[in-house]
Amino acid sequence: MTGPQPIAKPEVAASSDVQSQPLLGAGNSHVADAIFHLAMLACGLCVLALVGVILYELVKGSRLSWHAFGLKFFFQSEWDPVNEQFGALPFVYGTLVSSFLALLLAVPLAIGVAVFITEMCPRWLKGPLAFTTELLAAIPSVIYGLWAIFVLVPLLRQYGEPFSARYFGWTGLFEGPPYGIGMLAAGIILAIMVVPIVSSITREVMTAVPQQQREAVLALGATRWEMIRTGVLRNARAGILGGVILGLGRALGETMAVTMVIGNRPEIAKSLFAPGYTMASVIANEFSEATGDTYLSALIEIGLALFIVTIIVNILAQFLVWTVTRGTPARSHA
Amino acid sequence: MPETVTATADFAAAPISLWRRGMNSFATFAAAVSVILVLLPLGAVFGYLVYKGIGSINWAFLTQTPKPVGEAGGGMANAIAGSAFILLIASVIGVPIGIGAGIYLAEYGRNQLGNIIRFTADVLNGVPSIVIGIVAYGIVVLSQGHFSALAGGVALAIMMIPTITRTTEEMLLLVPNAVREAAYGLGVSRWRTTLSITLRTATSGVITGVMLAFARVAGETAPLLFTAFGNQYWNWKINQPTAALSLQIFTYAISPFDEWHRQAWAGALILIVLIVVAVSAVRLVAGRGMLKGAN
Amino acid sequence: MGVGIKVDKLNAWFGKTQALYDITMDAPANHATAIIGPSGCGKSTFVRCLNRMHETVPDARAAGRVQIGELDVYNGTSAVQIRRRIGMVFQKPNPFPTMSIYDNVAAGLKLNGFHDHKRLDEIVERSLKLSALWDEVKDSLRKKSGASLSGGQQQRLCIARALAVEPQVLLMDEPCSALDPISTGKIEELIFQLKEKFTIVIVTHNMQQASRVAEFTGFFLLGKLIELDKTEKIFTTPSDKRTEDYITGRFG
Ligand SMILES: Nc1ncnc2c1ncn2[C@@H]1O[C@H](COP(=O)(O)OP(=O)(O)OP(=O)(O)O)[C@@H](O)[C@H]1O
Ligand SMILES: [Mg+2]
Repeated sequence: MTGPQPIAKPEVAASSDVQSQPLLGAGNSHVADAIFHLAMLACGLCVLALVGVILYELVKGSRLSWHAFGLKFFFQSEWDPVNEQFGALPFVYGTLVSSFLALLLAVPLAIGVAVFITEMCPRWLKGPLAFTTELLAAIPSVIYGLWAIFVLVPLLRQYGEPFSARYFGWTGLFEGPPYGIGMLAAGIILAIMVVPIVSSITREVMTAVPQQQREAVLALGATRWEMIRTGVLRNARAGILGGVILGLGRALGETMAVTMVIGNRPEIAKSLFAPGYTMASVIANEFSEATGDTYLSALIEIGLALFIVTIIVNILAQFLVWTVTRGTPARSHA
Repeated sequence: MPETVTATADFAAAPISLWRRGMNSFATFAAAVSVILVLLPLGAVFGYLVYKGIGSINWAFLTQTPKPVGEAGGGMANAIAGSAFILLIASVIGVPIGIGAGIYLAEYGRNQLGNIIRFTADVLNGVPSIVIGIVAYGIVVLSQGHFSALAGGVALAIMMIPTITRTTEEMLLLVPNAVREAAYGLGVSRWRTTLSITLRTATSGVITGVMLAFARVAGETAPLLFTAFGNQYWNWKINQPTAALSLQIFTYAISPFDEWHRQAWAGALILIVLIVVAVSAVRLVAGRGMLKGAN
Repeated sequence: MGVGIKVDKLNAWFGKTQALYDITMDAPANHATAIIGPSGCGKSTFVRCLNRMHETVPDARAAGRVQIGELDVYNGTSAVQIRRRIGMVFQKPNPFPTMSIYDNVAAGLKLNGFHDHKRLDEIVERSLKLSALWDEVKDSLRKKSGASLSGGQQQRLCIARALAVEPQVLLMDEPCSALDPISTGKIEELIFQLKEKFTIVIVTHNMQQASRVAEFTGFFLLGKLIELDKTEKIFTTPSDKRTEDYITGRFG
C-alpha cells in the first residue's frame, strides 16, 4: 500500500459523447451460446459414443467365431489356425497367471512405498520419491520389454531360475529347463509396471483418511506403525483394494512387455519357467497375419473378452476407490 | 469411526513394549526396503538405456532410414518422423474433443448425463490399448483397405481423449466461480466467458493434461501394430503405412541381429528422453501452481 | 449520465424458497442508494436481480418489473445487454488472474468485440484514473497481472473494469468488506466522485459507510424492504420500529 493519496480528477467530459453512442453494439448471444453448448455436448457425447463404437466393433467382429464355437471357445485349449480350431483357454490361463503373479509381487511393494512416502519419509523427500515412482509409469511398455529381453531374462536364466529350482523346485512351480523367457519373466516385468499405479492410488486414499483418525490413535499411545495400521490402512482398505484391482486391470491388458518375454506358446504348464501366452499377446502377434475370417474373428473375440473383463474390473475398482476418497476431488489416473 | 478406537484400546493401557517397538522399527525398515526394490528396476532401466543407447546414437541414426538385414548402419529417422506424424494426427483429433468434453463436464455437466460421461471417460481410460488397436483397425483400416498413419492416429486419439477430458474438467473446476461472475457482470456471454476467461485462466493446467496424455501415448506400440503397421521408408501420406519409433524398437528388439539390438536401445533412449522431458515439464508447470494467483 | 432505477413488485426464489418479497423502490439517477440489513436478508439477491446475475445460479427465479432508465430489464432485452449497461463490483475482488492490469480493464470491451486499440488505450487510462488506481499502476500496466496487486488495489481494478464498459448504473455488493480501512477510505471517496456520472447502488454492512456515501438508504429484513428514505432520516428518525432496532444494534 502506498497510503492515501489524492484521487485524480475524473474527466467527466471525456465520456460525454458516449451516452449518445454506446461503445458496444447490442449483440445477441443466445444463438452463439446455444451453439457452443451443443458443440461441447457433442464432444461429451463423443466419449460415450467411443465406448459404444468399441463394443459394436468387437461384437460385430467376433460374431463369426461366436457362432462357430460358442462359449466353449473359452474352455478349449486347442489353438490350431491351420485346421481352424480355436480355443482360448491357454490365453485366458496365461493372462490370469501372469497377472496374479504380478500382483503377488507388486502389491506388498506398492503398499510399502505408499506407506513410506505418505507416513514415514521426511517432507523434503516426498515430492522427489512420488515423482520417481510416477516416472516408472511413464516408461513405455516396449522399453520394459526391451530391458526385460536383454537384462532381466539373462539374469533369470543364469541365477534366478536355477536358484529357485534348487530351493523351491519341490513345489512344482519351479521346474523344467531355465529358459529365462516364460511366465516368471512376464510376471516380474508386469509387477514392475503395476507398482506405480497401485502405489499412487494407495497414496491417494491414505491421504484422504482424515488427520483426526491418525491423531485419535496416536493419542492412545500407539507407535507410528500401530497408528498407520489401525488409523490409516484400516480406514483406507477399501480404496487400497480398489487400487489393487485397478492394477489387475492394467496387468490383464498389458501387451508389449509381456509379448516380448512370455515365450508365446499356447500351452498350459504348471511350472512358471515354461513359456505361455496371454490374450493381449496373441492378438498382438497374430492379428496382422491372421488369414481366414474365422481366425481373425477368434482374435477379435479374445479382444472382446479382454474388454469386458477390464471394464468390469475398472468399474469395481473405481467404486472401491470412490468409497474412500468421496468428498475429496476426483483425480484421473494417467 | 468408533470401531477404530476400540480396536486400538488393547494397546492403550500398557507402556510401549519391546515387541511393539520392534514391530515399529521392522515396519519402517520393510517400507524403506520396498522403496529401494521399486527404485532398483527404475535405475536399472534408465542405466541400461543410457549405457547401451548412447553409443549408438549418431548422425546416421538420426538421419537415415533402416538398411536391409546384414548391412551395418542405417537409422530410425523415418520412424522418429513417423511417430511425430502419428502423434500430430492423434492430437488434431483427440485434443479438441478431449478439451470440449472437459468443458462440457465442468461447465454444463452437473447432471445425470455429466455423471455418465465422467464415468465413461474413466472406464475408457482403463481399456487395454491392444483392444483400441482392434477397433481402429475395424473403423479405419477395413474401410480404407490398407494400414495407414490415420488409423494409428485414430487409435492414439481414442487413448488421449479420456485423460484430456478429465484433467481439463478438473482444471476448469479449480477456476473460482467469482472469476466467471466477473465476466458475466461485464455482459460477456457465456460461451465467451468459458473460452476467453475460464479456459484461459486454466490454460497451464489444461496444457498439463494434454502433455500427460501425450506422454502416455507417445510410447504406445500395441495399438499401432495393425493400424500404422510400420514402414521401412519415409512416408508423409496420411493413408499409407507409417513407421513409428515404438514399432521399430519392438521389431528390432525381437530380431536376432546384434546391429538391430543396438539400434533398438538407441531408439528407446530417444523415446524415453522425449517422454521424460514431457513429464518433467508438466511437473514443473504443475509445481509452480496451476492457477497462480487465482483465489 | 446515470439513469434512475425503478423496481416494482420484485420477487425472487431459489428453487422453492422465496428470497425477496414484493420489493418496490426507486433509486434516483446520479445518487448513491445504500442497502443495509442483517446477513441473509436478501441484499445480494436484490442487487443481482437488478442486472439478472441471479440467472447464473441454477434454479434461481425472479418476477416483477425492473427499469433502468427506459430499459425494461426483464422484458425484451437479453441479460447480456443488460449487464453491459450495468456495472457490478463484487464483495471479494475478482480480477482475472492470468490477465495483465491493462487486459483486465479492457476485458469487458475486448470480449464483447471492441477492438479499436487507440480508443481502448484511452478508455483504460480514463477508467483507471476514475478508480484512482492510475498513478499506482501506470508503469506496469501490461507487465503485472491483476492478481499481483494488493486487495484494495484489486478492488479498485475491478471498479475500473466495470467502469470501462461505460455503464449507467454501478452495483456494488459490499465492495469494502474484504479491505483494510485505508483502502476502504479510498473507495468511499471514489464512490462519492463517481456519483457525478453514475447511479450507484451499494450494499453494505457498515452503517457509517452508508451514511458517508449514500443519499438514500433502504433497510431490508427477511427478504422485504422495510423502508427506504433519506439516509439521514433512516439513521436518526426511522419510521419503522424494526429499522430503529437494527440501527441501534438491538438485533441482527
Ligand atoms: N445460491 C443460492 N441458493 C439457494 N439459496 C440462496 C442462494 N443464495 C442465497 N440464498 C438464500 O437467499 C437468502 C438471501 O441471501 P443473500 O445472499 O441475498 O443475503 P445477504 O443479505 O446478501 O447476506 P450477506 O449480508 O450475508 O451477504 C438467504 O436466505 C440465502 O440462504
Ligand atoms: Mg451478500
